[in-house]
Amino acid sequence: MVLGLMEIRAPDAEPLPPRVIPAMAQALEACLPVRVAGLKPLAAPPEALDGRRSQWSAPALLEAVLASLPDGIPKALGVTGVDLYIPMLSFVYGQAQLNGRAGVVSIARLRQQFYGLPGNDALLEERARKEAVHEAGHLFGLVHCAAPGCVMRLSVQAGQIDLKGEALCEACAARVREVKE
Amino acid sequence: MKPQWQILVVDDEEIMCESLAAWLREDGYLVDTASSGREAVELARRTDYAIYFIDLKMPGGMDGIDTLMEIRRLHPDASIIIITAYATVDTAITAIKEGAQEYIVKPCNPEEISLLVSRIIKVKRLQRENLILRKKLQRRYQFHDIICKSPRMQQVLDLAREVASLRSTVLIHGESGTGKEVVARAIHFSGNRAQKPFIAVSCAALAETLLESELFGYEKGAFTGAAERKKGKFELADGGTIFLDEIGDIGPKLQADLLRVLQERSFYRVGGTEEVHVDARVIAATHKDLRAMVEEGRFREDLYYRLNVIEILIPPLRERREDIPLLAGHFVERIAHELGKPVAEISEDAMRLLMDHSWPGNVRELENAIERALVSCRGEVLASEDFAFLRGNGPARFQAPDNMTLAEMEKRMIEATLRRTGGNVKEAAASLGIDRSTLYEKLKRYGIER
Repeated sequence: MVLGLMEIRAPDAEPLPPRVIPAMAQALEACLPVRVAGLKPLAAPPEALDGRRSQWSAPALLEAVLASLPDGIPKALGVTGVDLYIPMLSFVYGQAQLNGRAGVVSIARLRQQFYGLPGNDALLEERARKEAVHEAGHLFGLVHCAAPGCVMRLSVQAGQIDLKGEALCEACAARVREVKE
Repeated sequence: MKPQWQILVVDDEEIMCESLAAWLREDGYLVDTASSGREAVELARRTDYAIYFIDLKMPGGMDGIDTLMEIRRLHPDASIIIITAYATVDTAITAIKEGAQEYIVKPCNPEEISLLVSRIIKVKRLQRENLILRKKLQRRYQFHDIICKSPRMQQVLDLAREVASLRSTVLIHGESGTGKEVVARAIHFSGNRAQKPFIAVSCAALAETLLESELFGYEKGAFTGAAERKKGKFELADGGTIFLDEIGDIGPKLQADLLRVLQERSFYRVGGTEEVHVDARVIAATHKDLRAMVEEGRFREDLYYRLNVIEILIPPLRERREDIPLLAGHFVERIAHELGKPVAEISEDAMRLLMDHSWPGNVRELENAIERALVSCRGEVLASEDFAFLRGNGPARFQAPDNMTLAEMEKRMIEATLRRTGGNVKEAAASLGIDRSTLYEKLKRYGIER
């Protein structure tokens, strides 16, 4: 199956470091039964920005990804440098339609600089790989997993992302195989 | 695989509803959404959701508090979380008063919401397990699970059934292993206290001071090691039944305390000054002759009459032999299944052996005998050889000889013992359990020569 991967650009966002999208593509192909196709960058719709929160609505960006999907691309993941939220929560690292077509991942809170720490590109790439596979896992019907090392484990702090592994646990991998079959 | 817990999100803002639902779905829950209080109540009528997220401010005449109250009326055990964009103490208090479990202010931290939901689900899972276990216990301990066909045992069960829904104290008499606790549990689980606790206490198992704190609890600092206040068995049995096994073994002090509980339905914790009121039905049991103990002054007469409001006598197994095949068959089926053995039946020879045995340990001994036989059994049928231990080690059945006085019997017993010890008086006295001087006196009285 082909999985589209695109950058979502916003005026106030810092550009994605060049290694992030290739690292994500490599991880997605290693963990899921997909072939990644790079799609052209998407401009974030201005109405997705909540000026009071200085954050972008994840559901709105998700809609934009969905609307932009070209023929022949059944599922796609948008990657952005802006900070995402859903109305109920103060932030999210990403969001995806469970068993659906579109997902989004933000790297804003994956950067060490967000927490006032010196930048670390290797750590950022590692976190980006994990979050990309995590959101794409939702597109394949996977829900959060309780296995400590599984990439589908829920993370709500950067430290929790660092603790989990980069791959699906056996049970989640088996479920993806079932879905594919 | 996570169990599919169902959650309903109620908010008039579609984006709020859908994004929270999507987040919860990623966590493996089945989530429905409703855009108004009325729609939520309609959905709640059809589905028993585990958790409801309800927005406090909703237009259309039915706000969050109204919706909460209506849902609580439909599902008193539902967990309701009120969400709002701004918090005031007043609304929080109203929501909690009306039964909301939590009150959260949006936007909240993702960690907060994940922890909240998983905590509620954990409690719900425990409640569900508890309910299943309770139902299992209830099924296991009802009268139809007591296996018997003998008329005497049927009478016992008829009486127990009649008294199940009364509050009156019951005194169960029966030898060890006759199933006194089984009958007590059946009374509890068939009566109107079945949903409340059944607490069993063996009075013979503990020293008197320990038993006192076990029954009545203690206050912090009541004695060395009493670091916290602890509830006693009577308090734990509040609303239910307390089963006091081996009641004939309690000392005078506890007899007095127990009398007070039965009369006043209240007591003091050890080291406490506050009177504790309880509503626990008391079922007591003993294998001792309490009436004789009363006559000998070893058991309080007033307590005896308080306990003996309804008396149930469970006959020993040897007096209801017609129940042995039924019981044996039941134990074979149950224990063979537990041990994973393919044994299906008992041979005729083996059954004759079981019918002839005196069963001093009653039903419990029969159950143990079946288990022991099943462990060693190699075939699919329990044969008499599998019960060889009953012949060897079991107490011999005593047959009283005709036309013999007690003195004659004693004389013959002493002669037989002396023959066995080769005339050694010291050894014979030890074997007979009497002093050497007593034995000499008896030898002289009966004219027995060594």
